[in-house]
Amino acid sequence: MIHDLITSGDWLPVTFAGLMGFSMLIYAILDGYDLGVGMLTIFAKPEEKDRMIASIGPFWDANETWLVLGVGILLTAFPAAHGVILTALYLPVAIMLFGLIFRGVAFDFRAKVAKEKKRKWDYAFFTGSLLTALAQGYMLGAYIMGFSEGLDNILFSCLIALAVASGYCLVGGGWLIWKCEDELQKKSVSWMKHHLILTCIGIALVSLATPFVSERIFDKWFEYPHILMLAPIPLITAFLIISLYLLLKNMPLENDHYAWLPFIITISVYILCFGGLAYSFYPYIVPDTLTIVEAASAPESLMIILIGTLIVFPVLIGYTILAYYIFRGKAQDLRYD
Amino acid sequence: MDFDPFVLSRIQFAANITFHIMFPTITIALGWILLFFKLRFAITKDQAWMHAYFFFTKIFALSFAIGVVTGITMSFQFGTNWPGYMKTVGNIAGPLLAYEVLTAFFLEATFLGIMLFGFRRVPGWLHTLATFLVAFGTTVSAFWILVLSSWMHTPQGFEMIDGVAHATNWFEIIFNPSMPYRLTHMLLASGLTASFLIAGVSALRYLHNDRGPVVMKTLRTGIFLAAFLIPIQIFIGDMHGLNTKEHQPAKVAAMEGLWETQEGAPLVLFAIPNSKTKHNDYSIEIPKLASYILTHDWDGEVKGLNEFEGKSPPVGKVFWGFRIMVGTGLLMLLVSWSGVIILTKKKNWIKPLAYVLLPMAFSGWLATIAGWYVTEIGRQPYLVYGVLKTEEALGPVKGSAVFTTLVAYLSVYVILLTAYIGTIIYMIKRAGDGGNRDPEEENVQGIERRTVVAGATEK
Repeated sequence: MIHDLITSGDWLPVTFAGLMGFSMLIYAILDGYDLGVGMLTIFAKPEEKDRMIASIGPFWDANETWLVLGVGILLTAFPAAHGVILTALYLPVAIMLFGLIFRGVAFDFRAKVAKEKKRKWDYAFFTGSLLTALAQGYMLGAYIMGFSEGLDNILFSCLIALAVASGYCLVGGGWLIWKCEDELQKKSVSWMKHHLILTCIGIALVSLATPFVSERIFDKWFEYPHILMLAPIPLITAFLIISLYLLLKNMPLENDHYAWLPFIITISVYILCFGGLAYSFYPYIVPDTLTIVEAASAPESLMIILIGTLIVFPVLIGYTILAYYIFRGKAQDLRYD
Repeated sequence: MDFDPFVLSRIQFAANITFHIMFPTITIALGWILLFFKLRFAITKDQAWMHAYFFFTKIFALSFAIGVVTGITMSFQFGTNWPGYMKTVGNIAGPLLAYEVLTAFFLEATFLGIMLFGFRRVPGWLHTLATFLVAFGTTVSAFWILVLSSWMHTPQGFEMIDGVAHATNWFEIIFNPSMPYRLTHMLLASGLTASFLIAGVSALRYLHNDRGPVVMKTLRTGIFLAAFLIPIQIFIGDMHGLNTKEHQPAKVAAMEGLWETQEGAPLVLFAIPNSKTKHNDYSIEIPKLASYILTHDWDGEVKGLNEFEGKSPPVGKVFWGFRIMVGTGLLMLLVSWSGVIILTKKKNWIKPLAYVLLPMAFSGWLATIAGWYVTEIGRQPYLVYGVLKTEEALGPVKGSAVFTTLVAYLSVYVILLTAYIGTIIYMIKRAGDGGNRDPEEENVQGIERRTVVAGATEK
């Protein structure tokens, strides 16, 4: 298969599909945790809110940039698919954008306005995070259903919206367990437990729905020998989820041991789920309608982006690690000076 | 009521980009000014510079956040409303936008975190480096986006194959004929917007009896920088105009309100262009001056709108946008140079100057937006000049859906703008209270601040 790709020249669009998928996955993990923290603020006391938001303060902006990169690659490398997908999702995209706007600015306003106005911006921060997560989940649902219309599809997309919001709360809870202490850390453990159950229902729904929406996807998973080779994906996911549940029952551990583990396990679950989805949809970029190769831009334009990407990516990853290193350890109060 | 998705999508895009550009216009130059404050502190050890840095960093952070989130809406609009744009010129626009994200967005976003919240966590040099990289990132971002915008006005370095543009020469695409002028013009516009904002904010602090060294230093920085930049901007603007005349004569004809090609064309100071009669109503003109400005010859020929039937922009908006921009520029010249004289020789005039500077805080926004309207409306009916008409790029969106989102966007923008200005005024008042309202808290912060600044000096 790899040999065919290289000789046919299709390797370039496929590489870009990979890059786009990578960006979307990194986005879901990184902005996922800060959107999750944003949604969880509704359950926290005012001083806890400050600490929770402080934990994501230095990172949220760069996290969101992965979305711009993902959509940027879709726009750049697959202009035909970009048009189809975004016109089909006109309203959910608009709702997500309003969510992102309010969340992003609330973050700055709440730290600068008079005390009596701060509560309003806290609500804007929560609502913005929630709307963004729900809209993204809805879009994922609509994508899985191949943008078909009808009430059952809308209902399914709404369920996925809730599941994705819950999944973000899960990774957000993991982040908080790692970055916070004492009472807030204990609360985060219990938040994570609740959202683990909701997320599991979501994962199960998507896993069941995807093969039954499309015969092609059904065959990809359940035909022999695929079923054997792919079995590890659901099995490891189930194992990780059960381990996470058992771990959470005993958290926080003495001396704050393994405080980072729930976050890392959640990320692993994200990666496995993403891998499953990617496998289901390949080689299509618009499910069962438009393939990666059909939707791709001209090779000379893709080449010039690829060269830039190869040069910039190591630097980008380098300074991202630097930022996480500088703000390592438990979150402290956020100060602008 | 009938909803026309084309008109509504255009209004929505115009609203999005208008509101968006207000904030990068501040941050592009303000980043460099913050670096200047930080370096002045490093050299002079005068703590006032560090206070200036902290104060304007907060305004920077606020402006930056609004710039980021309103910018994200733009990248989605290409797909939701204007898919024909990427379908036709995606091979050129795509890589330019991708380079913007890769080389600028991540850089500024990551180092902004360190710049805003890392002061106590990193060594002084790294914090200064982060400030530099944020300023650098915003400028790199401006570079790529102006390359693309300029290419849409003066496209070259491509060939059309089956209605799709394919790049043939990236050097020609990047260094297209209008790029050097447009980029310089925009960077200077940003410098002027930021200097008048700093001057206006400092003026309000001054009027709140906050007249310490911090306010006087930032006031001087704003005024002197504006006075330095505005003559350069007028010169570059003139060159940009000549470049436009060469490549987009229809736009220049609309800017000048010139309906017929003529030699010795007059400069129209005031008029109501009438597109029905193809004539200017109530016009006040200076004979031959337009010819002299555009051709450096009193009897030079200037092409009129009659030469571009069906390919010329709406005249009134371009004509008036141009006059608002130039008028604001001349006002900037007058105010900033008077300001220099007052600050150096007539110090008892500072108070009236401060009152003038308050409305002038918005002058950069006004001139920039008016200027962008001239250049963008002046490109119509094309989206990419001579290559793609705007109406051809519209996607299959429903007018009612666009109407809903447009109303929502406009409401959001009103809320954000009110909150933005309100918060800055609140920060100004609080900075100016000098500890009178809450002496205890201010005292604690004051001591802490001093130790921090002292600590930074040692580093």
